[in-house]
Amino acid sequence: MVKTFFRRFFRRVNPFSKRSNMKVGLYGPPNGGKSTLANRICLDWLGEEMSSVSHISHETREIKIKEQVTIKNKKGKELMFSLVDTPGIATRIDYEEFLRKGIKKTEAKKRAKEATKGVIDAIKWLDNMDFVVVVLDATKDPYSQVNITIIGNLQARNIPVLIAANKIDLNKANMDAIKAAFPQYGIVGISAKYGKNIEDFYENLFKLVK
Amino acid sequence: MVTFQFVPYQDIETLTSAKRINKLMNIVKSDRIVIMEGRLRKEEEADLIEITMEEIGSRFRGIELSVIYPDKTKLDALQKLRGMFASFLLGNRQGLTIIGPASIVKRIEKDPDKIELFTKDTVNLPRNRSKRKNK
Repeated sequence: MVKTFFRRFFRRVNPFSKRSNMKVGLYGPPNGGKSTLANRICLDWLGEEMSSVSHISHETREIKIKEQVTIKNKKGKELMFSLVDTPGIATRIDYEEFLRKGIKKTEAKKRAKEATKGVIDAIKWLDNMDFVVVVLDATKDPYSQVNITIIGNLQARNIPVLIAANKIDLNKANMDAIKAAFPQYGIVGISAKYGKNIEDFYENLFKLVK
Repeated sequence: MVTFQFVPYQDIETLTSAKRINKLMNIVKSDRIVIMEGRLRKEEEADLIEITMEEIGSRFRGIELSVIYPDKTKLDALQKLRGMFASFLLGNRQGLTIIGPASIVKRIEKDPDKIELFTKDTVNLPRNRSKRKNK
């Protein structure tokens, strides 16, 4: 962790280091909308999608990287980074839940096994991140221990965090609950699926990285 | 029947991170719910999730984890200072950690000072029905 701290510190203070090498990670629990947000960013700025999405949890089971994503803010300033879409972090994975969603037994077991490896990889990759967007489902309980563990670990590693409260297009979305749970962090409410408030998200991303 | 096992802070304070996690995992894997005095370090919580993922198989489906910890923003300066002094002398015993096997604990909800633990049998009971039962 000390090595990671110094690597990140020297990258930030070194004027010759390439800012395009910065890694912005999307982290969060399963089905929060990380891949939908990754696709929204890539569609908006590269014109192509990055990941497949599904209503069944653990659709993303391996780390996905899109290099050289360049976004612009309202003043015309550019920001280039590598976007890292990670598998959702969970404390339990039960293949029977996939069976209930209509996946066949062999495929469900395979999916569960890949999902467990994905969670391990996502945690290991924390040390490689320069900035992290934690994508939470605004319709769900923000006090889940997975959310707290992810944000706590980012804080312990000194990695700047932006919280994207996703799915604000749904009636059940509760931004106040998320703000109350994480008062010390920047929070932006978005709908990654419909692009609602996405400009605000990009502005907040600029503020986080600059 | 659900079995809770209390783990006092002194049982884990001298252990390395790996041994702490191993001790907690052994209890959870024997189908008991851990109630631990204090909390794991943030990095240990991440390690616990990693090890849980490595252990998942046909019999073990993972864990449910929740931590109750006093909200330090509500404390005044003197209380914070006293807390820091006590933590320095005795270790950080504040808070309570609950870890249960996913096969028994369906979910844990935190509100944030209250914990509700739903076991496999109780999860489908409507709330007003269970309240009526208690009257």
